[in-house]
Order: sequence, then C-alpha cells, then structure tokens
Amino acid sequence: MTTPPGAGAGQDAAEHAGHAAGRGREQTGRDAEQDAGHAEQDAGHAEQPPPADADAARTVPYADYRVGEPLVDRSAPDGPIAERWDRRRFEAKLVNPANRRGHTVIVVGTGLAGGAAGATLAEQGYRVLQFCYQDSPRRAHSIAAQGGINAAKNYRNDGDSVHRLFYDTVKGGDFRARESGVHRLAQVSVEIIDQCVAQGVPFAREYGGLLDTRSFGGVQVSRTFYARGQTGQQLLLGAYQSLSRQIAAGQVEMRARTEMLDLIVIDGRARGIVARDLVTGRIDSYLADAVVLATGGYGNVFHLSTNAKNSNATALWRAHRRGAYFANPCFTQIHPTCIPRAGDHQSKLTLMSESLRNDGRIWVPVRAGDDRPPREIPTSERDYYLERQYPAFGNLVPRDIASRAAKSVCDEGRGVGPGGQGVYLDFTDAIARLGREAVAERYGNLFEMYERITAESPYETPMRIYPAIHYTMGGLWVDYDLQTTVPGLFAIGEANFSDHGANRLGASALMQGLADGYFVLPSTLGDYLARLPRDEAFRDVDRDHPAVHACVGEVTDRLFALLSNNGDRSPESFHREIGELLWEECGMARDEAGLKRALERIPALREEFWQRIRVPGSGRELNQSLEKANRVSDYLELAELLCLDALHRTESCGGHFRTESQTASGEALRDDESYTYAAGWEFTGAGRAPVLHREQLNFEYVHPTMRSYA
Amino acid sequence: MSWTDAPAAPYLRPMAQVQAQATATGQSGRQASTADLLWRSTIGKKLVMAVTGVMMLLYLVGHMLGNLKIFFGPEEFNGYAHWLRTLGEPLLHYEWFLWLVRLALLAAVVLHGIAAFQLSRRDLAARPKRYAHRGGSARRGGYATRTMRWGGVILALFLVWHLLDLTTHTVNPNGEAGKPYENVVATFGTWYGNLIYGVAMIAVGLHVRHGLRSAAHSLGAATAGRDRALRFLGDGLALVLTAGFLSVPLAVQIGAVS
Amino acid sequence: MKLHLRIWRQAGPDAQGHMARYELDGVTPDMSFLDMLDTLNEQLIAEGCEPVAFDHDCREGICGACGVVINGEAHGPERTTTCQLHMRHFSDGDTIDVEPWRAAAFPVVKDLVVDRSAMDRVIGSGGYVSVPTGSAPEAHATPVPKPDADEAFTHAECIGCGACVAACPNGAAMLFTAAKVVHLAALPQGRVERESRVLDMVGTMDEESFGGCTVTGECATACPKGIPLTSIAAMNREYVRAVRKRR
Repeated sequence: MTTPPGAGAGQDAAEHAGHAAGRGREQTGRDAEQDAGHAEQDAGHAEQPPPADADAARTVPYADYRVGEPLVDRSAPDGPIAERWDRRRFEAKLVNPANRRGHTVIVVGTGLAGGAAGATLAEQGYRVLQFCYQDSPRRAHSIAAQGGINAAKNYRNDGDSVHRLFYDTVKGGDFRARESGVHRLAQVSVEIIDQCVAQGVPFAREYGGLLDTRSFGGVQVSRTFYARGQTGQQLLLGAYQSLSRQIAAGQVEMRARTEMLDLIVIDGRARGIVARDLVTGRIDSYLADAVVLATGGYGNVFHLSTNAKNSNATALWRAHRRGAYFANPCFTQIHPTCIPRAGDHQSKLTLMSESLRNDGRIWVPVRAGDDRPPREIPTSERDYYLERQYPAFGNLVPRDIASRAAKSVCDEGRGVGPGGQGVYLDFTDAIARLGREAVAERYGNLFEMYERITAESPYETPMRIYPAIHYTMGGLWVDYDLQTTVPGLFAIGEANFSDHGANRLGASALMQGLADGYFVLPSTLGDYLARLPRDEAFRDVDRDHPAVHACVGEVTDRLFALLSNNGDRSPESFHREIGELLWEECGMARDEAGLKRALERIPALREEFWQRIRVPGSGRELNQSLEKANRVSDYLELAELLCLDALHRTESCGGHFRTESQTASGEALRDDESYTYAAGWEFTGAGRAPVLHREQLNFEYVHPTMRSYA
Repeated sequence: MSWTDAPAAPYLRPMAQVQAQATATGQSGRQASTADLLWRSTIGKKLVMAVTGVMMLLYLVGHMLGNLKIFFGPEEFNGYAHWLRTLGEPLLHYEWFLWLVRLALLAAVVLHGIAAFQLSRRDLAARPKRYAHRGGSARRGGYATRTMRWGGVILALFLVWHLLDLTTHTVNPNGEAGKPYENVVATFGTWYGNLIYGVAMIAVGLHVRHGLRSAAHSLGAATAGRDRALRFLGDGLALVLTAGFLSVPLAVQIGAVS
Repeated sequence: MKLHLRIWRQAGPDAQGHMARYELDGVTPDMSFLDMLDTLNEQLIAEGCEPVAFDHDCREGICGACGVVINGEAHGPERTTTCQLHMRHFSDGDTIDVEPWRAAAFPVVKDLVVDRSAMDRVIGSGGYVSVPTGSAPEAHATPVPKPDADEAFTHAECIGCGACVAACPNGAAMLFTAAKVVHLAALPQGRVERESRVLDMVGTMDEESFGGCTVTGECATACPKGIPLTSIAAMNREYVRAVRKRR
C-alpha cells in the first residue's frame, strides 16, 4: 500500500477532483444563502484576480489554487468597538440551565484554553467530554510558558488601558488581526487576572501584598503579571485544578491518553470525533452536540521547535480535511533566544527568556570560520552585528529582526558552536558594569538552566543562542464566536488563527488561551446550541450512522496502512526531513524560489513516506511509533499548505518575511493594498490545490503604520 | 457517569467510584467519629504512633534517671523503688500509681505496635516490586531509619524478657521481691543478661534517634527552622538514654555496683 | 561513548516484565538522557525491534511527563528531571539500569510507562479552590503578604512527575499531596476550604493505595523541584487542625 486512504494520489485523482469540485459548489451555495445580508459588501472582493505571483506559481500544481467566495465574519457585531463584546453577549441566545444538562460538548486538549473551557462549560451545566493525549490533563504544553501574562489592569498607573493593550496588540500583529477580536481580548484580560488569583495562582507579589507586574517585550507599560519564570505552569495548574473539580463532580468525563484522529461531520454539523485510546489502541467514536478544538499550534511541523515533543497538528489538520478553513498558516513565530542544538541527535529545543537581551550583547567573529574560543577573540575582531545594523535599538530589536540577523550571519559562515548554528550572547560587559551578583539576581535561574543543558557557565563563557520556531499565529479560521467554517466546530487558543495577526507579542499567548477558554467560548457556544432548530437540538447521533462508521473506518485504514507497510525508514527520519526542508525554505526568510523548491519536494517526500515508512509493533497496544508516524503523515500535508500560503503572500509582515519584500534597510515591507486580509484555505484533497477564501480586514481604530527600527 | 457509549479505559478508575469509597470511609462525611477517622487514615495512625511514642519516650527518660540511683547504693535504690509504690498516697492506694502508669504504658505499647504493624503492612504493599538495581537510593536513608521496624520488634521482645526478669522475677537469677538492687546485679552477672540488655539499649538509641524526628513530623511540629534542633534533640536523647541505661551493666561489670 | 543499558521491558499491564540488555554506541556527553533513549529507539526500529516506550513531552523539565529510575534513583543522579539529565554525568563503558516508577498506585502500562492517574484523583478530591469562572473578586481586593505568596509558590512548583512516590520505600504520595495542601493553605483564597481539602485529599490518597510516611526523606531528595520534606509536616499540621475543627 503506497497511498493513504483518501490521500487522493494516482488513480484516485479523478474521483477526488470531482469530489472536491462538488464540495466547493456545496460550500459556495451555503455561503451564498447564509451571507445574503452581506452580499453587497462581498461583491467587491469576490471577483478579485489572484495575486501577481500566480503566473510564476503555475509550474507547481499545488500552487495553482483557486480563489473562492470571500469569508465573512457573520457573528461580529458592529457599533463602537468598546461595546461590541457586551452587545454580542446580550444578543447571544441563552440555553436554559435545565437544557444544558442535555447537551454534550467535546473539548479536545487540556491546555490553558481547553482546560479553562472544559471547567467553565461544566460549571455552566453542560456535560463535557474532554480529551488529551498526555497521561494527565496537567501536562499540556501551556505549562512551559515562562514569561508572563498581559492584562490591562493599569495597577502601575503608567497610562495603560484596555484601549492601549488593544492598540499594542493590533500594531504588534502587524495589522493582520481582526480589530473586534483583539479589543475583546484586551477587555477580558482584566477578568483573567481576577479569576486566576481567586483560584490560588501564586503570582509574584510586592511587599505590600499586591501583585507585581513588569514590562515585557519592549512595551512601555508594566502590564505583565508573572509567577517567577513559571507563569504558564501556574496558570495551567489553576485551570487543571478547576477542571479536576468538575471531573470529580462527574460533570466532565476526562479521557486522558486518548488522541483525536478525526472529526465526525453529519449533515454539515460537527457531531463528534474519532479518537484512539493510546494504551489499548481502541479506536472509538465519541459523539456530542458541539466540538471544541483546543489542541495548540502546529510548530512541530518544523521538527525542531520549542513545542513539546508530542504536540501535533493532527486534530487541526483532520478538522481542516473535514471542511474547516485553515487561516494564515505561514504566520509562524520564531524566537531568537533558544539554546542551539548540540548535535543531530537532538529533536527538541529549549527556549531562554527573551529578557536576556536586556543586558547581554550579541556578537559573532568578524572572520568566517574563526574557531578560537570566544575569550581569545579580541574586541576588534568581533562583530556586534545588531548594534552595528540597528544603532537605535541594538540588541533589543524585535524578535523577527534579531532572528533573521542571526541566521544571516550564520549563513555567512560566522556562526559559532557545533555546526556553526549559533551566535554569542555575552554578559561580560553586564557583569563588569553591574557586578556578578546583580546579574545573578536578574538571570540566575536562566543561567543555571543554560549550564545544566550545555555544561557552560554564562558567567565565564558567552552563551550561545539560535532562533527557533515556538508559536504559530495561524490556525483554523474562526469567526467572532470562535466557530470554524464547520458549524458546531469551535477552535480556541493557539489552535485558531486568533487575535495575534501576523506576529504575537510577548506574554499574549497565555492571555488569549485563557480569554478564549474562560470567557469567550462559554459565552458564544450557548448561542450556537440555542439556535439549533428545535427538532435537531436534542437529537443524538446514532453511533451506527453511516458517517460515523465511515470516519472510524478511514482512521482505522490509515493506521493499518502505516502498520502494514514493510518499509525501512522510521517516522522520526521523515519528521526530521520535512522539518529541515521547512526550516530551510519556509523558516525565517522565505523567497519564491525556495518555496517552490519545497512545494516540489513535499509531494515526493509524502509519496516516499507511504512507501518506506516502518512502524514496528501493533495497533492494539501503546505504540509510540504509530502515534508519531500518524502525526508525521499529517505534517507532510500541512507543510504543503504552509509553503503555499507563504508563497501566495508576497508581502512581508510579522513572522512572515519574504526577501522580495523589504525596505532598503532590510525591514519587512507590508503590502496593505493587496494583503490586508486573512487567508482562509479550503481543503480539496491531499496534494490538490486548495481554494483561497479571503477575509478582508478593516482598521477603523488603529491605522496601519510602518514600523522602523533602523 | 459516562457521556459516551465508548467503554471506559480499563486502566482508569472512574472518579465517582473513588469518591463513593472515600465517602464510605468517612473522609468527606461528617458522621465518622474522630477516633475512627484518625485510625483509618495513614496520617491519623502515624499521629497515634507519635503520641504513644512520646509517652514512652518520656517514661524512658524517667526510667533512665531512676536507674542512675543505683550508683548511690542498695538502700537508696531500693528505697526509690518502694517510694514509687507509695507515690500518691494517701489519695491513691499502695501501688496504684504504678499500676496507672503501667496501664497507660501498656495501652501505648499496644497502640504503637498495632499501628506500626498495620502501617508497615500497608507500606510494604504499596511498593510490591523492588528495583532491580541494588544499592541506589536505599542506602541513603540512614541506619536508624531503615531499622525502625526490626528495632521495634527487638524492643518488643526485650520488653517481655525485661518484665519477666525484673518485674515478675520469673527468669531472674536472684528474683527477690522488694530487692531490685540485688536483682539487677544478679541479671548483669550473667553473660546473656548483658548481651540482651546491650543489644536492646542500642536498639532504643536507634529507635529514639529516628523516632523523635518522625514523631515531630507526624505531629506537624517539624519546620525548616526546627530541623537542626530536632536532629540534635533526637541524637542527643538517643545518646543520653543509651549511655544512661548502659552505664548500669557497665558499672556491674567493673565492680562499681555489686 | 559506549554504554551498556539494562532496561525494563514489559509488553503490557498484565505481561511479565524483564530487564533487557542493550549496547549503545555513539552517545555524546551533550545528549540528554531522553535523547539517548531516542537514539536507542532509532537503532531498535532499524533492527526491526520494538522501541522502548517511555513517557515524555516538554523536555524542559516542567510538564512532569518523563521520569524513570536510573541506577536505582528516581530521575537519576542529578536533582532534575530525566529530560534535563545529560549524559555527561555518565562515563564511557558504564552500565545503566533503567526502570519504571515502582509503586502499587502506579501500575506499569508498558516498558517504562506507568499510570499515574491516581495523582489526578488526589487533586480532584480537593486540590482546588471552588471558584466558578466569573465569580472572582477584583484581584487586589485581598492583599497576600509576600512571605505567604512565596511559601505558596514554593509548593505550587510541583510538576506531578511522581518521583517522590517512586523514590519512597513505602510508595507514598505524601510529598505530592502535601505540596498542594500547603500551597493552597498558604493563600487567603485557599483557606476557606482548608479543612475539607486536607481531609478529602488524604482520604483519597489512602484509597489509592499509596503508602504512609516514615520520614526517610527519599521523596524530598528525589524531587526535581526541591519541595522540602517539612511540607509533609505542614500537611500533618493541617490535618490535625482539620480534625480538631471538625467538632
């Protein structure tokens, strides 16, 4: 067996093409019907021709995408921005408390968004069926967030406000986020802190007993709340404890070590999932009235990232395959201060807090291939390249600029450490200026962490750092209610394309995850359920429904195909290969030629995967190779869309940098004229060109400006 | 409670079941009596052990100090023994005080022993499989910590012999009521008397060394600030008790007491 | 460097397990212990054997998923998690024994993977503050003295890895339970439910067939987050308090 069931390669192609076209029509029909009210608004964009690169893209079949109907956020209220969330909550239909008991909601994932949503929905009275692949809901990767969480409390009286947080987030997102959503996020941020403090989250406090805040990521106000370097852990444990309370109360049924492998869509509504019990290998269908995906981002498609090893894109991708549009996949964020990898054996990178750049100076040797120990390189032969190129901001330039600069000096052969993939972050001057103790006070924990991993003391030897993927702004397209294009399927947290636009600000991921989980979704999900036609609202899906059987069958066939293929390559080797390809061609800096190379290589790699994959063991037991192989098979499809999105967006913005689109000083150059939209991609078959649906973004309150750090 | 038809993962216990059991054992219900609650929980049982242990420890300190009177000659030592029997008169009858102490000690010994036995069984069952690697962390706990169980058994056996020897005089070579001084000297005139007593007193020292700190933990009296003081107190008491008790047979051996 | 590994292999929960021997070459000092196991697994897959199953996720020492007993020590010779232990602490030619957490409450699922859900149930029986979303008062309404906040944080750092249970000769979860009890009792927000919390959590802990504390201190020595042994005493104090206040 060389092709996965439904992969749509080879002889299946014709059938799939027909199917895809059919679905396209169906989709269009539904949109047209439901969007009647917005028709005049849409008309202007529907006929827009594909962007200029379409001409060149014709050489790669996958890049020959079609432009479909524009996407319109039907649930967003209008009126003054500060009143929209209140209005939406008032206009949302409510579900009678007694009726909530009759509704089952599936929540996949137990991170900040999923844990908070599960607990809150259960408190409201819904029956919640929750899943996580880890052995406990407490282990979701939100736990690894270090820095902090933003909230517009203005406790410092330093001029912060909801509007300022809104403004900073829209601007930080390089004007590719939806204003209404971002404003709501800023509003809700205030309540999050209250909620977490009441749960017993031990935030840092001052001697007066009040909460401490700090400034983070170059923002001028101190609005970041933190719990030492473990803010994510503490917030997650707060949500986990609330969730545990509901599990104990019997209101949440928790399925740990159970991984979602497909979405069940019946009569156009998301009605459940197919999941595999990772211990017994049992594949089952789980049915519900609504499905919430809180499965995190897809950063692990790059193989080396700061994501947890098992974080994966399968839930997102399978939902996408079932009709949920995938938005802005090319908006990926790269963090400049990770510990470089020590060798080929390594498959996971560790992040170091960005605050290190406040006092550390970044440099590489002037001469390529200079392999003297750093202490023996005299100052005259060092290149403090950030200070040289960006004298005003120096080492504190934004993440993307610092990252690209590091890559370009390494590409020149001036990188340091194993494989030349690193630059020095030197604290010698800071220690001389502030004293060793003051430096230890600020960065002691981080230095210890670095030393544990590398066995080098940053007090004695400069640290080595290198950029790595750590967050993905893209994700499933959702409307203001966080509902995807599949009715009844919601996506929250990093899983949706969300409020960060093209770039996420520091300490905003935790804020968005909790805002979605605690406050937004629980207010909007009810509206969906309450508006269901009366005869449909409480009708349970039969477990023997043909669609359920088909879905379980497809999942089973796919796993069987993986297990029975007597190949010679491990899942890890394919993951490494696709990751390296993406990092090279679709990493920090992207260009048309590279992206096309990637788009040509990916289908071949996918074909090779299904021919040469070897998965030992059986499907009826804990089989980590099988889990991995299945995830990698989805990466091999997602990677293609990621490259296509990067190829189609010929501008540079936020985390997406196209070398063709930059200013003379190397700054990202946006093209607001052509690209002020969110790109929602519709699946048409594996390896087949998708359909692009654009959601036009309007900026009424924050007007696009150009940033400059030179 | 299940929202799905899919069977529950067999390796997971449903929370509801756990809760039902917890309630049945009176953990969350208010019906269970305090004694019942304490005796049923591991922490409660450790509390019982701590309280009874402290009772016995205080008794041991008094006992050891009384023993030292032997250095002042037979009259004083035998007179002290007699005084213990008349203590509390005229309110109490002859030997009543002693019997009260004996009853309290008996209760303490029995409770301490049963609790220890039950907790040990539980502890052993909680770690049914040992690590294949030998000589890992198991070496670190310290000799006193690792010998608590067997030390306790040794002390229980010693106690039986000790009562048969110097209280009921069943096995004492002299065995004369009202003449404890002569009985003690007779006991330590035998090699086995010295051996049994010596081994037991070392066991007392080791048991007190870890037991005192352990009791402080069980009673919640241990804090980071007191840790050093507790260790010092435990070591000191263990040393003083062992040395004090052993001084008597030693004195008999060298002829200072005869 | 070259290592001789002896690793616990067990096909499933009810299967008989055994220590299997493997030879692994090409280990570098910069590898983490889990990188080393990854390398072994790639070698096993190439040989057509089943790789060794082990739990792991964040590999940053915070999620608590990983944890194996290395040469008889939970998480190995350094005070850190298995994922943050590096091979430079071993030497060429070493024999390394790798075993799963051992405790009656942690049945083996497969190889080095154990089921730690008993710890989740301990938390579920009281390790929370009952505060439904939306009902929270303004965060600054209740100041918390800094020492209390610090005390709470020290105990809130627990990652729930289970090393304390694995290291304890009695398979006790006292340190784990104490960490949550003390964390929440240190804060005014958690004090409302402090009595029922400690009684219920200890009750569940006993139900889950964990052992009791004999103050060996193994748990605190193994804890990668440095939760002190005295927190167990603090929990006992809470327990006594709760029993007294019951009447």
